[in-house]
Amino acid sequence: MEYLPQILFAIVLVLGIGYFARNIQKLIRNIKLGRAVDASDNKSQRWANMARIALGQSKMVKRPIAGFLHVIVYVGFIIINIEVLEIIIDGLAGTHRIGLEVLPVSVYGFLIGAFEILALLVLVSVIVFLVRRNILKLKRFMANELKGWPKDDANIILYFEVVLMCLFLIMNATDVSFQQLNSGNIISQFIAPWFEGFSENTLHTIERTAWWLHIVGILVFLNYLYFSKHLHILLAFPNTYFGRVIPQGQFNNLDAVTKEVMLMMDPNADPFAAPAEGAEVEEDPEKFGASDVMDLNQIQLLGAYTCTECGRCTDECPANKTGKKLSPRKIMMDTRDRIEEVGKNIDANNGEFKDDGKQLLNDYTTPEELWACTTCNACVEACPVSINPLSIIMDMRRYLVMEQSAAPTELNNMMTNVENNGAPWPYNQMDRLNWAKEN
Amino acid sequence: MSEQLKVPTMAEYMAEGKQPEVLFWVGCAGSFDDRAKKITKAFVKLLHKAKVDFAVLGAEESCTGDPAKRAGNEFLFQMQAVTNIEVLNAYEVKTIVTACPHCFNTIKNEYPSLGGNYKVVHHTQFLKDLLNDGRITIEGGKFKGKRITFHDPCYLGRANNVYEAPRDLIKKLDAELIEMKSCKSRGLCCGAGGAQMFKDAEPGNKEVNILRTEQALETQPEIIAAGCPFCNTMMTDGVKNKEKEDNIAVMDIAELIANAQDL
Repeated sequence: MEYLPQILFAIVLVLGIGYFARNIQKLIRNIKLGRAVDASDNKSQRWANMARIALGQSKMVKRPIAGFLHVIVYVGFIIINIEVLEIIIDGLAGTHRIGLEVLPVSVYGFLIGAFEILALLVLVSVIVFLVRRNILKLKRFMANELKGWPKDDANIILYFEVVLMCLFLIMNATDVSFQQLNSGNIISQFIAPWFEGFSENTLHTIERTAWWLHIVGILVFLNYLYFSKHLHILLAFPNTYFGRVIPQGQFNNLDAVTKEVMLMMDPNADPFAAPAEGAEVEEDPEKFGASDVMDLNQIQLLGAYTCTECGRCTDECPANKTGKKLSPRKIMMDTRDRIEEVGKNIDANNGEFKDDGKQLLNDYTTPEELWACTTCNACVEACPVSINPLSIIMDMRRYLVMEQSAAPTELNNMMTNVENNGAPWPYNQMDRLNWAKEN
Repeated sequence: MSEQLKVPTMAEYMAEGKQPEVLFWVGCAGSFDDRAKKITKAFVKLLHKAKVDFAVLGAEESCTGDPAKRAGNEFLFQMQAVTNIEVLNAYEVKTIVTACPHCFNTIKNEYPSLGGNYKVVHHTQFLKDLLNDGRITIEGGKFKGKRITFHDPCYLGRANNVYEAPRDLIKKLDAELIEMKSCKSRGLCCGAGGAQMFKDAEPGNKEVNILRTEQALETQPEIIAAGCPFCNTMMTDGVKNKEKEDNIAVMDIAELIANAQDL
């Protein structure tokens, strides 16, 4: 019976981490449904981007208030998690505050004191976040695409953090021996008096309960990530690594198109020639652009899972600012919702995707949204974790135009002009230098 | 002023067995749009003034393919690109200057992987270099003390991180450069990019160019400076919509500098 808590702890830990690992595998499988993309270039630039943008939060602080509060929560999260290490060792070994046995009291006190201060700061920041979302109702948190689950998700995350921080402080406040040590209880000493008059036994029970709820809470939160926008705390790192390292204005040239264009331009090419002897049988011609998530590349899908729906992209989008339906954030949310749907479809059909008659285009994102984009890159610039909604918009436009010939009429006129007379307007190419003769 | 501009073509240079210092890529707007043609001419006057050995492609120039690519027609874009690259490579062009950020971005970033490798500069960068090399001088003159706000073209600013060259030139005019609230990397689009220039906007509650013009008007400018023929059109329309065209001019940086010198 003596070992029961330890055994129980080990079981909880294994279950918590095991289920999370299983979901991460699923996440990786889903991302790999996308087209492979070579990102082996510019390694040092990519590491530097990750260090600066994800680790260093350089883009978060572009909006000072949210940025500053976010840095507190981020630093708090990382540093307070050092405490989790002690909790895990204590839980498995049946010890109590093992840190005190290996570290001098002053060092241990300094560490716990720092955690307590951070916990309080996180608590305050998270409450401000809740106020911004639910009382001040900032415009970017009130958009259509956030109605329902996304709004609840955001609040659940914040509540979780409130509860975890409170549990951490209560756990320290009700730890009689820790309070007697009077080192590191920098915040909890002010909470301890609330529990005066409780018997030592009751205090111990409260302390144990808080301790258990704290660690179980952390494990639940860990497992919640996969179902939540909160995945960004992990995926921001790979996403900033894989983010673009070329100028934002540079859109990729489709290789499949280049092949065709070169063939058309080659006077010696015979489009009806039989394949050379021994040549590999050609696969189905590659689809141009994207109508579903499998047509997107893996970095775009990673971006969809990384998106934390902060809405800075949408807030900067000229189309959205002027009341159009386009919202870059919704593009990312649509992509994630669809890839999740595809993933569940695969799970339900023994690892094979069964056509469900749906796709990203039309069933999630409408052409009206796609055609409102000015390709201005404001969304790309605004994203604090290097997501590129514009590339997804472009890939779907490509599908609309090249596979479906479904461009708006005026754009078809423009393209006909470019094709016939080398300008988007109906002017003759031979007249291109007429301006020089006009006064 | 009525004397005709001298605008040599690459074909003429080739016939003389010479190679110009730089190719001026005029672009469709610069060639055909009445407003943009004035920018083209202003820039050519500055090139002459600085004694720059330049040429244009003239009738051999064709759309870079930018609007087709942004509309999603990668085929048409690559057809245009490959055709243009053939012409440019045949003339052994090394350096290209253009007054259109869309042409600038496309040739600079999207032509290399299709075989077109050139040094491409925007005309504001080129003018800045001419100034640094002492080939032109910029005097404040009539723009001294004027309130000028600069609208960043998306394909110059965010797309290619060119923010300072146009601003440095405005400052050289002894003008008062006032920034809009959203400028540089957070500058708002004029509404023309991504082939929007050629279509009606989707339903909404405002036109993008009106919103951007309102932001510009907040700075109480005498001049709204632009560095892109499409932005110029959009901002000009915006100013007209606000019935401010009598008080506020929308001008390209090249026009400002040429005007300052009475060119």
